[in-house]
Amino acid sequence: MNLHEYQAKKVLAKFDIPVPEGMVIENEKQALQAYKKLGPIVVAKAQVLTGGRGKAGGVELIKDEASLTAFVDKLLGTNLVTYQTTKKGLPVNAILVEKGVVITKELYLAFLIDRTNKAVTVMASTEGGVEIEKVAQDSPDKIHKIIVSTDKLESFQARELGFALGFEKDLIRQFSILLNKLYQAFIAHDMSMLEINPLIINDENNLLCLDCKVNIEDNALYRQAELAKLRDESQEDAKEVEASKFDLNYIALDGEIGCMVNGAGLAMATMDMIQVCGGRPANFLDVGGNATEDRVTEAFKIIEKDENVKVIFINIFGGMVRCDLIANGILNAIKVLGLKKPIIVRLVGNNADKGNKNLSESKVAVKAVSDFKAAASEAVALSKGE
Amino acid sequence: MSILVNKNTKIICQGFTGKQGTLHCEQAIAYGTQMVGGVTPNKGGQIHLGLPVFDTVKQAVNKTGANASIIYVPGAFCQDSLLEAIDADIPLIVCITEGVPVLDMIKIKRLVDQKGICLIGPNCPGIITPDECKMGIMPGYIHKKGNVGIVSRSGTLTYEAVNQTTQLGFGQSTCVGIGGDMIPGSSFIDILQRFEEDDETDVVVMVGEIGGDAEEEASEYIKSNMTKPVVAYIAGVTAPKGKRMGHAGAIISGSSGTAEGKSKALLQAGVNVVPSPDLLGQGVKEVIG
Repeated sequence: MNLHEYQAKKVLAKFDIPVPEGMVIENEKQALQAYKKLGPIVVAKAQVLTGGRGKAGGVELIKDEASLTAFVDKLLGTNLVTYQTTKKGLPVNAILVEKGVVITKELYLAFLIDRTNKAVTVMASTEGGVEIEKVAQDSPDKIHKIIVSTDKLESFQARELGFALGFEKDLIRQFSILLNKLYQAFIAHDMSMLEINPLIINDENNLLCLDCKVNIEDNALYRQAELAKLRDESQEDAKEVEASKFDLNYIALDGEIGCMVNGAGLAMATMDMIQVCGGRPANFLDVGGNATEDRVTEAFKIIEKDENVKVIFINIFGGMVRCDLIANGILNAIKVLGLKKPIIVRLVGNNADKGNKNLSESKVAVKAVSDFKAAASEAVALSKGE
Repeated sequence: MSILVNKNTKIICQGFTGKQGTLHCEQAIAYGTQMVGGVTPNKGGQIHLGLPVFDTVKQAVNKTGANASIIYVPGAFCQDSLLEAIDADIPLIVCITEGVPVLDMIKIKRLVDQKGICLIGPNCPGIITPDECKMGIMPGYIHKKGNVGIVSRSGTLTYEAVNQTTQLGFGQSTCVGIGGDMIPGSSFIDILQRFEEDDETDVVVMVGEIGGDAEEEASEYIKSNMTKPVVAYIAGVTAPKGKRMGHAGAIISGSSGTAEGKSKALLQAGVNVVPSPDLLGQGVKEVIG
């Protein structure tokens, strides 16, 4: 789960980590109050859960009250489209207004789960304020790393990183303290990513976290109850939000073939198979190992909400569940929901023959195809109106 | 031979009397697996599925001589169960549970490595050696004793590979689901190494997916160390960037962890990479047929 910038900065502030003074506003009146408190020079930042806000006009340096109200009028309640969002963009429901700061140097700092080293890695670069992927590609020697493989980020590691960034005595001390606090915040809140870009040095030679991105690991949300409450569903696909309420793993894509599969790996493989056959999947959907009638029904409801879907492809490997029961569940769900779209079903495993027989003998427009590729091909043909 | 488990493996189950533990242990026993008992705190002394229940793992190990433990405890309590199994020095731990926080796994992984314990999972279907031992949630009946070793990050895709190799008449030596999390207890390399050393395994099927660099590391290993042929499939060519595809570990971050990159690395290591999941059985036939 991603946090908004203002939410993340509040979390960091609790650890005495230096962030700019700021206020979150949700209307023009609050904007004026914020300007009075933080002006004359402020930065206004649209709070949307995506990157590329600056280039898309979602961040502005503001020098008078009228410019701030103009910015608020223009953005609040609209959708911001960046190169990372869909064409529809994401709704701007809040704007963060921060006191302007003087920047003498911009740096990059991030804490990440390092899958290769099975540890937390701290990554830093003197090239701040730009996309780190590009730095990694163009000048990898400018990226410095330390790997924290014990419970504590050791002082010498912080010094190593600080010296690599070219800091001198006073900044080394500040940087060590900052790194330790950030590491504590990272661990205490089960973050899987904490990115400060840019980390700046201001005109008083102090470090300040100017922007930050935080991801809280979904598996740990049960023990991060306060942060879990901050989830902003307006920033997510409505169908994905609905699916998550029923514990279904759903991800919207832009093709025409709605997929319903048991198991994440097989769900991905089904999408790939559709592409191999020349079609495009409309979604990733894993109904889980237990494909009960209830879950199948909820999955159908979500796929039905996608207007692009022309055909539904169900691919179930009946391991622990019996295929004949799944077939009956599919048939009942179709009847209850009154589904009209063509449906291709592939059932393999436990009692698959009986399941296929039940499907074939039914009066609804369901076609059972046992071969994986043949089933996908059939779905692709139907999606193209063939 | 086979790898990790066989008819002599004595297994206890942590979370034995729960719904999942009960369901899957019942099937494991029916399959002929040597289940010797279970652990559920405060239920010690009871008999469940005809086997003794213990309060602690140490008691269970002392009384039954178990040398493996399977864990069906929910995610929130899983770290504690893993720590208990590690503390009791059980040499093989299989953790089926989905939803173990990654920071917990960093700690666990460090401990099992220090002690030389083999941990499979979490978030995995488990291990099966056909006709001998079923330590997990896979459907036993699709397996057949044979010479194909299977290792996979996904449950249902493992079953696809099993089904196809069974139908073509090959059968499996052992199938290992290493799980879909960011930090698994065992990696592809750990399992490939065991298959390379196993007399009964003639070919290995490896099913990978997007996210991380375990497949890239495995291809380096295969190139320099494997003499047996490897057949592979990588799921997620069509997966969008930055989205978690069901498994916690199945996510493309930036430009790393793509299916294309993994397939390319494996191809360069001489692996028979099949372009779609229905060709896994065929891929095996091509290399040993």
